[in-house]
Amino acid sequence: MHPAPSVIIFTTLSGLGFGLLAWLGLGLPAVTGIVAFIFFAIAFGLAVGGLMASTFHLGHPERALKAFTQWRSSWLSREGVLAVAALLVMAVYGFGVVFLSVQWTLLGWIGSLLSALAVFATSMIYAQLKTVPRWNLPLTPALFMSFAIGGGALMAGQIKVATVLLIVAGIVQVAYWIVGDRALLGSGSTLSTATGLRFGAVRAFEPPHTGTNYLLKEFAYVVGRRHSMKLRVIGLALMAVVPVLCLLLPFSHVLAAVAVLSHLMGVAVVRWLFFAEAEHVLGLYYGVR
Amino acid sequence: MTQLPEHTEKSLGLVIDLDTCVGCHACVVSCKGWNTENYGAPLSDQDPYGSDPVGTFLNRVHSYEVQPASGPAQLVHFPKSCLHCEDAPCVTVCPTGASYKRTEDGIVLVNESDCIGCGLCAWACPYGAREMDAVAGVMKKCTLCVDRIYNTNLPEEDREPACVRTCPAGARHFGDLSDPGSAVSQLVAERGGMDLMPEQGTKPVNKYLPPRPKDKIGEDIDVLAPLLEPVAEEQRGFFSWLDKALEKL
Repeated sequence: MHPAPSVIIFTTLSGLGFGLLAWLGLGLPAVTGIVAFIFFAIAFGLAVGGLMASTFHLGHPERALKAFTQWRSSWLSREGVLAVAALLVMAVYGFGVVFLSVQWTLLGWIGSLLSALAVFATSMIYAQLKTVPRWNLPLTPALFMSFAIGGGALMAGQIKVATVLLIVAGIVQVAYWIVGDRALLGSGSTLSTATGLRFGAVRAFEPPHTGTNYLLKEFAYVVGRRHSMKLRVIGLALMAVVPVLCLLLPFSHVLAAVAVLSHLMGVAVVRWLFFAEAEHVLGLYYGVR
Repeated sequence: MTQLPEHTEKSLGLVIDLDTCVGCHACVVSCKGWNTENYGAPLSDQDPYGSDPVGTFLNRVHSYEVQPASGPAQLVHFPKSCLHCEDAPCVTVCPTGASYKRTEDGIVLVNESDCIGCGLCAWACPYGAREMDAVAGVMKKCTLCVDRIYNTNLPEEDREPACVRTCPAGARHFGDLSDPGSAVSQLVAERGGMDLMPEQGTKPVNKYLPPRPKDKIGEDIDVLAPLLEPVAEEQRGFFSWLDKALEKL
């Protein structure tokens, strides 16, 4: 799949932003006043910034409001509804914490739940697609959720919890790669099932067009896959290993900043791989993966 | 509304005969022509006369080589367009309600004024039947020529999809596949019409008729070969002398 920068920025930033909001809603850390303002500003900046980025790849962003209507069937629509609901609830909760120094506990919990559900809905946009076997796995929501909650804990300064959760996120990521690498084969889709031609070995002889097209650009992205092993190691080190080492050392603000930046870059790298490595079954028709 | 209808009154679709298709791409051209000049945003091209042409098409013809366990390989031309699936995954993923399946005839359509061009429906389609138009920024797909098949301004013989109307080989058939008595349903029953990627669970309406087994070729192929055998194995006379003389040079 084509790794569109807008979608990578969106899932990376808003995943982290909603993860932080989920912790803030639980009152962790229990901050008020100007400190709370900074925490909420960062969380909203990440979540909203990511959502804005996601509209860049739309053909008609001016019609984006229509995307809130089909929540009964569409995970993309549900994601929009949940994200806006989470932001609204957390804005009210944040107002109380920042300006009134009161924690409306129940409201915070609701906001926290909505934030987590927004990330879950994002993951389901990908996990629902049978056409991309590598995404069509229960590990996909596990991956997005463990990243958001682990990264959120890191941003929220929950050192002990974050250490454990980032290790969990790293393990989920490795499991996702192991299972994902076998997903296309396990899906049972081949050029034979795609064409229904079963009286011999089928080979794509001639494509329908001499140049490229939307389908090949969108679904048959192969550039960079040959570096995937190196990128996996780099991504895993940046998103989990470095932050965990920073957290294990005695606390300092410099180390915390290194941990957060490293995590952010690592998530961006593995998220790029999430798209670039994913094979769409349409590729079978063209004899490519 | 992007929820799928529980039942459609008809299931209009195509039956494509892989035995008959000669791979001329006439259906591709007529489709592009009709759907550029008529309903919805035109199918644009980028750099059409330059070195790197790209464009939107609703119908494309692949060619596959099939090598049986024994005997010669066979070339199969394979037109592919929207299959108007009963359980269309492209419809349910649409966030705006732009994609829908019609209750009256089962045609899957895009309401272009509601489409935000997010591309998720194209991701959800296993067949590559949907293409985003680079100029219009909306998703384009086969409409089964909805603006032809009910169009009373056209002569009756033209009230079928442009690809079917134009096919010089008669490899494309149009009709109601929910009616077991229809000509297309009978054709499917007779020839063992098949679904593409049945494991995807999309329940396509369009069916493909597999190529018929090839007639025996092999022993009979050189029936005239004995007549083509060289008559003079050994050179004699002038040419023999010339050959030898040239050898010696």
